[in-house]
Amino acid sequence: MLRFFLGRLAVLIPTFIGVSIVAFTFIRILPGDPVMLMSGERVMSPERYAELNQQLGFDRPLWVQYFDFLGGVLTGDLGNSIVTKRPVLNEFFTLFPATLELSLCAIILAVLIGVPLGIIAAVRRGSWLDQSIMGAALVGYSMPIFWWGLLLIILFSGILQWTPVSGRISLLYYFPPVTGFMLVDSLLSGQEGAFRSAVSHLVLPSIVLATIPLAVIARQTRSAMLEVLGEDYVRTARSKGLPPRRVIGLHALRNALIPVITTIGLQVGVLIAGAILTETIFSWPGIGKWMVDSVFRRDYAVVQGGLLLIAGLIMLVNLLVDVLYGLINPRIRH
Amino acid sequence: MTSKLTFAAILMAATAISGTAAAKTFVYCSEGSPEGFDPGLYTAGTTFDAAAHTVYNRLLEFKPGTTETVPGLAESWDISEDGLEYTFHLRPGVKFQTTDFFTPTRDLNADDVLFSFERQWQDDHPWHQYVAGASWEYFNGMGFPDLIESIEKVDDMTVRFTLKRREAPFLANLAMPFSSIVSREYADQLEAAGNEQLMNQQPLGTGPFEFVAYQTDAVIRYRAHEDFWNGEQAIDDLVFSITPDASVRYQKLQAGECHLMPYPNAADVEAMKSHPDLKVMEQEGLNVAYLAYNTTQAPFDNVQVRKALNMAINKEAIVDAVFQGQATPAKNPIPPTMWSYNEEIEDDPYDPEAARQMLEEAGVTDLSMKIWAMPVSRPYMLNARRAAELIQSDFAEIGVDVEIVSYEWAEYLDRSRAEDRDGAVMLGWTGDNGDPDNFLHTLLGCDAVGGNNRAQWCNEEFEDLVVQAKQVTDQEERAELYRQAQEVFKQEAPWATLVHSLSIVPMRKEVEGFVQSPLGDFAFEGVDLVE
Repeated sequence: MLRFFLGRLAVLIPTFIGVSIVAFTFIRILPGDPVMLMSGERVMSPERYAELNQQLGFDRPLWVQYFDFLGGVLTGDLGNSIVTKRPVLNEFFTLFPATLELSLCAIILAVLIGVPLGIIAAVRRGSWLDQSIMGAALVGYSMPIFWWGLLLIILFSGILQWTPVSGRISLLYYFPPVTGFMLVDSLLSGQEGAFRSAVSHLVLPSIVLATIPLAVIARQTRSAMLEVLGEDYVRTARSKGLPPRRVIGLHALRNALIPVITTIGLQVGVLIAGAILTETIFSWPGIGKWMVDSVFRRDYAVVQGGLLLIAGLIMLVNLLVDVLYGLINPRIRH
Repeated sequence: MTSKLTFAAILMAATAISGTAAAKTFVYCSEGSPEGFDPGLYTAGTTFDAAAHTVYNRLLEFKPGTTETVPGLAESWDISEDGLEYTFHLRPGVKFQTTDFFTPTRDLNADDVLFSFERQWQDDHPWHQYVAGASWEYFNGMGFPDLIESIEKVDDMTVRFTLKRREAPFLANLAMPFSSIVSREYADQLEAAGNEQLMNQQPLGTGPFEFVAYQTDAVIRYRAHEDFWNGEQAIDDLVFSITPDASVRYQKLQAGECHLMPYPNAADVEAMKSHPDLKVMEQEGLNVAYLAYNTTQAPFDNVQVRKALNMAINKEAIVDAVFQGQATPAKNPIPPTMWSYNEEIEDDPYDPEAARQMLEEAGVTDLSMKIWAMPVSRPYMLNARRAAELIQSDFAEIGVDVEIVSYEWAEYLDRSRAEDRDGAVMLGWTGDNGDPDNFLHTLLGCDAVGGNNRAQWCNEEFEDLVVQAKQVTDQEERAELYRQAQEVFKQEAPWATLVHSLSIVPMRKEVEGFVQSPLGDFAFEGVDLVE
């Protein structure tokens, strides 16, 4: 198992270097000069332009800038944002817990609802239940997030007034962040009602962010289950008289879960993409919106640093998925 | 829990914290996060609202609701005969804020003023690069390094600026956010502790509100400054609840989660006006959207042609289709809220038939041209592509064939400056300091050709007027010169002036005392909540 783990880890190094090159190049390929954008309609004199370019180091050859970036990465310094002038790493870790908290809630919601729905649809294959679940999944999968988020806000926050409109917690509560996770910090603060407020603020954004992964997971679970339910060992299990619950829950599900876990792992990318829009609608202070704003401002340091950190996290999650995979299915280890 | 209850709870909590019976918290749903809290470092209005107009003051201030300057931290000033020396007498007894992170031991004095400007000006000043990449963009952009000869402390309460040339807009520039006065004593404390960067994270000034805390991208909290020199505030706490999406801001306003919001969607404004709990303020913004011909290229070097094209544009249609009525057609290059705006001028009438005739008389047939449309939405032009399409169809009516072109924004700004550029460029401007010079000379002066002057238009008569207006200090005299300059502009038509967009501020009915700023600022000094 250790060799398997180390092998996977070794593959990550060239991948990480590749990602650093892509992250560095991507933002520079886009047309648009960050120094020019800083001044907007106000035209800068050529001297001032040259001075700023030099100050920001953009006048140096690209490869020098890249190795400077890579050198920084190795020493844990991703540079400063051109816009806020603050260290990229600081900004990332200030905002990341908000995205992580929301993403975790969303993925838990998606798994807790998506997997059982998929199993039900598979077991009741062809029934009206199966068809409605798969129909709903298709709708969920194709839902434009922005529209969906606003619709929920108008309905639940505007008309019914069940949930707050946006933000992470009511303005009533104020405590310095300890972990950055509002659910944890609100409990630690000891302020009455803070935790409840944090939960109520999480409901709508979690639903919105969970919608697409939920649909994908439900569909994947269904098809994996269907495949497994037709296998010989399931027939054997059934024929030796095991109760259906045990056949489905133990024999079928454990094997069907392998592709499902892969799918869940792949949803990390979908979550990050979804977080960009969800965070904007719900005024959620996370990294999704931070990255988008930075792309528009051509804030090179933030985009390359942020991409690298996000890619690093996705790689880490994939590594975990691989390891989980190995635990569930011993054949893969060898 | 309903939102109304939430709101009541906020009030109760505020009461409990401050210990007074009627503590009031004012919540502003701001549109974005500040880049930082040192106004000298940045150029965005969002940052100025969060830092400059809350925490800080300047030597001069803009009189609320106008672009006129009035005394601020400087009680009075003298200008020397030659117009080069400005001597400012500081207001005595101005207190800096006392907060968890700083306790002042003295009142405002000349050292603070010197420090505030020298750090931006002198390359070798210890605070010049206190955050990496500090570029003091406005200080440079407004030309201060080339303008200022010296800044001296005459005595503890007197500061003298000596300029290299006469510059009437100088006073207005001192009322701009980048000229905010920071505390020298606070800076010394930070420097001693090696914590210089906190100047940009925990601001401290003399303004109406003191900084309490900022949760990145979420909430900024302020408290009223008890010893504020310009009087006590009616509210106890001020909160900026950062809400980037305009539809969501509107929902929060309706739910009572905030009291006031900036930048509504044009499509929501009618509903806001008829909402029982809301009221809406509106005013022409300090901006203009225009179409700049390249006056050096045929046939646009012919004023007849430019006039004819101007008469073919249906500006009302742009106001309706692009702004849903939230704009006014523009006749002058400066907006109506700006002093010296020339009311007398008559706009070229919308008259396609006459326009067609004028083109024929000018000997121009089968004209095909390019119109440049910006790729981004700006406050002065929400949808440039749509406006360009409307102009395209207007021009088709008089037999002019239009191709619409666009580039990535930075590319667009760069390419549109080129002196040999073809066609007409759509662009606009939002004023910096409320001074007409900031429109007329900046955008249409001879030395801006190849830069901000997208029409590449250098007219001797116009140039003389605006340069002269820069050098006299008497405001009425200046206004007269600018009014004449606007007449020359109208006769010569280097631009088609398109629209001035309206600035719309929706708020809850209980909000009192908010004054809409023609400069587009959101400042909350003097606001109150009255049930």
